[in-house]
Amino acid sequence: MHVLPYLVAAYVFLTGCYGLATSRNLIHTVGCLAVCQSSTYVLLLAVGYRDGATAPVFSDLAPGSRPVVDPIVQALTLTDIVVGATVTALLLALVLQIAKRHGTLDPDELRELRG
Amino acid sequence: MHHLLPLLFAVPLLGAALLVATGRRLPRAVAETTGCAVSGATAALALVLLLNSAPPLVEWVGGWRPVDGESVGIVLVGDGPALGMAALDSLLTLSALVYSWRYFDEPPRGHAGSYPALMLVFQGAMCGFALAGDLFNAFVFFELMSVVAYALTGYRIDEPKAVQGALTFGVVNSLGAYAMLMGIGLLYARTGELAMTKIGRGLDDAAGQGGPDALVLAAFVLVMTGLLVKAAAVPFHFWLPDAHAVAPTPVCMLLSGVMVELGAYGVWRVYGTVFAGPGGIPAADLTRALVTLGVLTAAIGAVMCWYQRHIKRLLAYSTVAHTGLFLVGLGVLTPEGDDGIALYLLGHAGVKAALFACTGALLDRFGSVDEQALHGRARGMRAFGVMFAIGGLALAGLPPFGTALGKAITEEAVGGPLTLVYVLASAVTAGAVLRVTARVFLGLGPRPEDAAYETSGSDERPETGRRLSRIPDSMTAVPAVLLAAAFAVGVAPGLAAVVARSVNEAGSGGAHTSVHWTPHGILLGLVSTLLAVGLAALAVTRPRRLATPDWALPLRRLQSGHVGDYVAWLLVGATVLGALTLPGVLGG
Repeated sequence: MHVLPYLVAAYVFLTGCYGLATSRNLIHTVGCLAVCQSSTYVLLLAVGYRDGATAPVFSDLAPGSRPVVDPIVQALTLTDIVVGATVTALLLALVLQIAKRHGTLDPDELRELRG
Repeated sequence: MHHLLPLLFAVPLLGAALLVATGRRLPRAVAETTGCAVSGATAALALVLLLNSAPPLVEWVGGWRPVDGESVGIVLVGDGPALGMAALDSLLTLSALVYSWRYFDEPPRGHAGSYPALMLVFQGAMCGFALAGDLFNAFVFFELMSVVAYALTGYRIDEPKAVQGALTFGVVNSLGAYAMLMGIGLLYARTGELAMTKIGRGLDDAAGQGGPDALVLAAFVLVMTGLLVKAAAVPFHFWLPDAHAVAPTPVCMLLSGVMVELGAYGVWRVYGTVFAGPGGIPAADLTRALVTLGVLTAAIGAVMCWYQRHIKRLLAYSTVAHTGLFLVGLGVLTPEGDDGIALYLLGHAGVKAALFACTGALLDRFGSVDEQALHGRARGMRAFGVMFAIGGLALAGLPPFGTALGKAITEEAVGGPLTLVYVLASAVTAGAVLRVTARVFLGLGPRPEDAAYETSGSDERPETGRRLSRIPDSMTAVPAVLLAAAFAVGVAPGLAAVVARSVNEAGSGGAHTSVHWTPHGILLGLVSTLLAVGLAALAVTRPRRLATPDWALPLRRLQSGHVGDYVAWLLVGATVLGALTLPGVLGG
């Protein structure tokens, strides 16, 4: 079933979006954003998958002796994780500051910017 | 020459690292001078490279060149538009840094290096995004520039509004970026390539005679969602007014002047190199999608702009309206349209940054950016009043400003009823700016009443620590220079032709177009200027007649300030984008 990984990625992404749209707590919001990002890991790693292939580490493996999975998507995923860590850290810092200044974490109560 | 391309983002990043490392010990003047020097050096380098950009410079970073046509390396493409955007954002960063020379009186907790360092990272990330020749690095620089922008928006962390706006900005933009990354993953799955030109070729080969399929459509929608969030197209735009209203003024100059436009640039670049072939999205579908969203963006941006009293929010909505116009011009896919938009974008960057700079002076003098609270109080600030009025007229498209030239050329390219969109959107947004000029700087007309559902701009804290009694010269000079630059874009002989040639070589296969002032274009520019002046005059003399009508209230309520709503709109927007592009895929 080769469509399955794509469906899983789409499902994870949409679950995260649902959480973002209905969130009642900003820490939960940032968590949902991280869920959305996890879907990109699933997708990228699924793209590089090959049946019967092993990890692309050539220290104990003669090049060409066995099929290996695509290392590029793994590099992309690593970069993606770094990006995600930065974004999450920064957003959580902002949430902390919102909690201090507004005294609430409920996005329904933040109504200063509108119209 | 092409070996110098990576320096355009390496130099600002190294400068930023230096400032962060030594920032605690540096006195403020040294930190700011270093920031300006690094930023200026990068701008100079971008200009030198821009002058040598024909034929386009291509650099495989680290020497990872393609082997037998297959590449895994990072490629940078320095053609005219890419280096032009890099030069524009470098020059704008430099002017924002000069503007903020006397701006933040007390850097937080004695860390003088942090603000110039963040600005330098922002500059480097924007240069990197403009130059990226492969989609994954475009994503990385996209995220880098977004993250720095969130940090800069929430720079004054003691302000409740600033942190709220920054969080909204962060969540919506990052979600867009992840959608873009999913699209990139799908494209890589289909073609096994990341360099944009190679993906384009790969899509054509994979499609054969069949045309695009569902995967290409999904990838297109996901990548475009990310870019359109950045470009603040309706209904992805909700983050922009909230972020621009709360960001420090020098940051607003960059956000509105160049970052949002980089989204439109990304749309143009990605469609042109990746999806324009027979295996991509048919031209008719792209035109339908971009023109529909663009017209909607221009209309909503202009209406919302008119009903704002918070001056920064007003300017932010004017940016929304103008990106709508940019998307329409790019969407018609004619070489003349691209040329017009390139010039429009240059002019708009200067004018919009100058208007924000003038607003910053108001904020620091009176501690308010509210049109009603400031009524008549800025009578003494004559220079700023004149610059604000000139900015308004230039926004309307008064010849011979660069905005007017770009608008005129684009109007001719789009033709027909779309011309009306350009005239009306620019007239309404400029009318709002002129109305502010008349009320705030001239004190004309009666004081309007408060409406119920809106963000007021009073009780803002000046960004200088205390209110300024006298505006420093650097804060006066920067908007003047920016307006002069916008003027120069329109009148400098040969500039328009050079811009048009480099844009067409990069995007339209070297089509030869002649761009110049036409009587028709000048006439339309004058019409929208007159319309803007008329609207402003009517608003000032008869405020009741132009008060918020009932039908505009639901539109204002959409801008709820609730991040969950904005995310829901983002999903709606992605669906609409898919629906608009679907016919070509079904028919193909």
